[in-house]
Order: sequence, then structure tokens, then C-alpha cells
Amino acid sequence: MNSLKFVFSRLLGAVPTLLALICLAFFLVKAAPGGPFDMERSLPEEVEANLRAAYNLDDPLPKQLLKYIGDIMRGDFGPSFQYRDFNVTELIMSGFPVSLRLGGAAILIALFFGAIIGTIAALNQNTKTDYLVMFFGMTGISIPNFVMAPLLILLFSIFLRWLPSGGLGGGEINNMILPVTALAFPQVAYIARLTRGSMIEVLSSNFVRTARAQGLPTRTIVLKHVLKPTFLPIVSYLGPATAAIITGSVVVEQIFGLPGLGRYFVQGALNRDYTLVLGVVVFYGCLIIFFNLLVDIIYGFIDPRIKSNR
Amino acid sequence: MTTKVTTHTNSLLGDAWNTLKKNRAALVSVTTMATMIALVIFGPLLSPYAVDQTDWYQISSRPNLASGHIFGTDDLGRDLFVRVMYGGRVSLMVGIVATIVSVIIGVTYGSISGFIGGKTDALMMRVVDVLYAMPFLFFVILLMVFFGRSILLIFVAIGAVNWLDIARIVRGQTLNLKGKEFVDAARAGGASTLRIVFKHIVPNLLGLVVVYVALTVPQVILVESFLSFLGLGVQEPMTSWGALVNQGARQMETSPWMLLFPAMFLATTLFCFNFIGDGLRDALDPKDRTREEE
Repeated sequence: MNSLKFVFSRLLGAVPTLLALICLAFFLVKAAPGGPFDMERSLPEEVEANLRAAYNLDDPLPKQLLKYIGDIMRGDFGPSFQYRDFNVTELIMSGFPVSLRLGGAAILIALFFGAIIGTIAALNQNTKTDYLVMFFGMTGISIPNFVMAPLLILLFSIFLRWLPSGGLGGGEINNMILPVTALAFPQVAYIARLTRGSMIEVLSSNFVRTARAQGLPTRTIVLKHVLKPTFLPIVSYLGPATAAIITGSVVVEQIFGLPGLGRYFVQGALNRDYTLVLGVVVFYGCLIIFFNLLVDIIYGFIDPRIKSNR
Repeated sequence: MTTKVTTHTNSLLGDAWNTLKKNRAALVSVTTMATMIALVIFGPLLSPYAVDQTDWYQISSRPNLASGHIFGTDDLGRDLFVRVMYGGRVSLMVGIVATIVSVIIGVTYGSISGFIGGKTDALMMRVVDVLYAMPFLFFVILLMVFFGRSILLIFVAIGAVNWLDIARIVRGQTLNLKGKEFVDAARAGGASTLRIVFKHIVPNLLGLVVVYVALTVPQVILVESFLSFLGLGVQEPMTSWGALVNQGARQMETSPWMLLFPAMFLATTLFCFNFIGDGLRDALDPKDRTREEE
């Protein structure tokens, strides 16, 4: 019962965030100068009036906002102003699978390699291996993915000709290797640093000293006692990591010409396709909030201190 | 009493400098950054070419000492070295100014929230929590698209989204400080809340702020390059490292130097600032200092 209450309270806590997100995005788009029907040749007044009426643009803003929120609840993000044949929901659904594959692969790879590299560094603290890993970590953080991506293309596609430089192809693995690498690289570095720091702190704690004093082999200590508390901060980093991966995917999709959601966003922003842009922002925002929530709840279950504290 | 007492008073900056000196990576970074800044300011004077000057005989030419184009030229025949230096001016300036904006917002917000405490504090921090979950870069992109791509807007937009970390940390420190005697003394002396916050609390937060300045500058430079890379940042004829990387990425098949030089400068700068930030945090973060005292 207590768990149910905990989950429910967290769900409730996400509602204001969600509302703030939608309102902020909505009013930002509404405050933008210029209208969706501004074209080089201005429309006859009657036509524009009809259009405005058709899209409910003459209603007072709060009413439009409420209608928009209601529509979103039903999964309807409205019509696109640029892609006349599709509505925004269809566009999001066509772009999202590509982005999901890219981002999902990147985050799994980042977790896997980040955790392993960080653990190796922590277990060899202040040795050459450790310094090497830390240097790598700093490199990963300092080379943004929009610099990494062209450098990878330059090396592997243009000089070595091993991998395609862009496009989705038929969805082959080869086409995904470079984009996923570019997207995952900073996160691998970040998670490795986080894991190292966290594990070093755990290794110096009292219960590990006790375990050592009891004569347990290092292997057992690490596997049985150290790993779980080490990965707690990593779990809580998953929320921000999702946000970083989503942001990164915007440029990575752009560079590799992948037809994902990030590309729709940039195209939409440049074309002033207000509903599309608004839809993507709200969609991504919900995704980030959802992941933060998920992490929060998972965290509550693996670390009972949190649940009882509240 | 004639024995000379050697007091060991450490000023904040003296402390920081001493610890930083022991950190070789940070020291190398400080030196590199100083060189970089000097280069960015004075570098263009060393080249015979102007930033927007087209050399019709050297279009997309590779790096070449004889012609004076030491980094080569771009597809319009402009000298890449001079352009990278000008881009660096913009990138570094954005980094510094937008950081100042975010520090001012963050310190004001955090110290007021922490000092007043109670319901106000809870509400103010709840706002920060809500803002934390926002996909901010998307909002910045919207701002840039809708309201024109002026450099002033870049400063404000980036600064306005980067203050959350600072506000949280500053608030935590303020909560700590406000129970101290000197605050009671100031209050007993009749100082107003605002005066106490800005005259007595904020100066004590300086060490922390320095750390976060060093850590925020690379983030800000990154955001600006990200925007410029998408074509939403600074506009021609101005340029920045992000914009140069973008142009370089388009031409990399034929002229890879257009990508490599700005990429190298951008990465080196971020690298150095991250190292300096890490070093300063070790030197100044109160969390670490208490650990030493334990």
C-alpha cells in the first residue's frame, strides 16, 4: 500500500511540470511574431479569416490553450502548417521510431561501456589505467557530438571508406554505427566518470572495510557489496542522460541525414511550422518528464531510504 | 610578548591558487587558455589578411606557409586562421557574458530563496524543480527562430537557461550561512534583508561561484556552438567556432582543414575549461574542505 501511495504521489508531482511545459511552449509559439499564413503572396482577407476560424485562431488564448491540452490528451497534436497531407501526430509517429532506435541504442551502449570503464578505473585508482580513463572521460565531455560526428565521417567514411556517411539505407546496422557512436560517446565518458567517483566513495566506506577485515576476496566484495550502491547515482543520472541524448539526436540526425524527430524539429523551426514545432517540444518534454518520473520511482524501490524519507 | 607569531591567513584566492598549482592538468589548462585568449585577441594582427577578405587566387587552398594562409582558406577564399580567431572571440565572449548573466540570476535567486526560507523557499525551489525538467535547448531554439538571431538574444537566452544549478548550490550554502553569528550581528545592527543578503551572504559564496563560473563557461560555449552549428546562432559576417565547424563539416570531403582547425580550437577550449573547473572544485568546494577537516 505504501508503495502504491509513493508511486501515486510521484505521478501527481509530475502534473505541474507537464502543465508548465505545455503552457510555456504554447505561449512562446503564440508570442512569436508572424502568423502561420504569412506567405509571399498575401491571402485575400476572406480566405485568411476562414482559415483562422477553421484553426480556432480567433478564440481567446486561454480557450485555445485548454483546447490544445484536451487535444493532446487524445493524442491529437493538430494539423501541420507545412506538410499539408499529414497532421503533426502522424509526423511524430513517423520520425519517432528512427529517433528511438538511435537514442535507445546510444543510451544502452553508454550505460554498458560507461559502467565497465568507470569500474575498471575505480578499482585501479591512481594508476596509469585510471589516468588514461579519466583523460578519455575528459575528452568525451569536451568534444561535443556535433564535432564528433563530422570527425567520425571524415575518418571512417571518407578516408577509410568503411562505413556509409549518412542516410538510413535499408536500416542496416552499418548505417547506424557512426550516428550511435557520435551520440553515445559523451555519455559513455560522463557515465564512466560518474561510476568511478561513486565507486571510489563506496570503496572507502565502513561496510567495505568490514568486509575486507573479514577476509572476503576483492571479487566477492565488489560483486556482492560495492556494485549496487555504486550504481544508485547512475540510475538517477538516467533522467538527465535521456535529455542529453534527445538534444544530441537533433544534431546527429541532421548530420547523418536520418529521418528522425530531431530533424523534423529543426526543419519545422526553420519553416515556422508552429504546430509541428510545438508538438515536438511537448512530445520530447513529456518523454523527458516520463523518464525522470520512471527513474524517481525505480530509485525509490531500490533505495528504501528515499521512500521512507518523504 | 616579543615572539613573532607567524599567522597563516589564507585568502580565498590564495587558497585556490595554491591548490590549483598542485594540480598539473589545471595549471597546463590555465596556461593554454591564457595563450588561446592572447592568440584570439592579437592573432588576426599577425596575418596579412582581413576576416572578410577574399583571396581569389587561393580558394579552398590547403594550409600553406608561403601564401600566409597558415590554416588554409575556405570555399570563398577567406583566410581560415583569421576566421578561426574571430570565431574564437565570439565563442569566448558568449561564454563569458552568458555565464555572467546566469551567475547573476542564479546567485540572486538562490541566496534570496535560501535566506528567506520557509514557504517562499519551498515555492522558489519547486519552480526550479519544474524548470529542471524542461527541454531547454528546444526553447532556446524556438526563441532564436521566432525572435531573430541577434547576439544579444543569444547571451540572454543561454544565460537564462543555465542558472538552475547555481541557484540550487547557492541556496544550500545560504541556508548554511544564515545561522552564523555574523548574520545575527548584522541583523542586530538593523540591516535590511536585502542588505544582509548582498553585503554579508553573497561575498561568502564567492568561492563556490568561482567554481561554477568555471564549470558554466564550457557549457555555455557548447550551447552557443550547438546553435551556431544548426545555423541558428551568430550570423554572417560574424562567425563562431560552432558556425565554422558547421561550414567545415559541409566541405570536409574536399577541404578537411576547414573542419579540423575550428574543431581543434573548440575542443581544446572546452577541455581546458573543464580541467580548470575540476581543479577549482577540488580547491574551493566547501564539501571537499569539510571532508579534509574530518
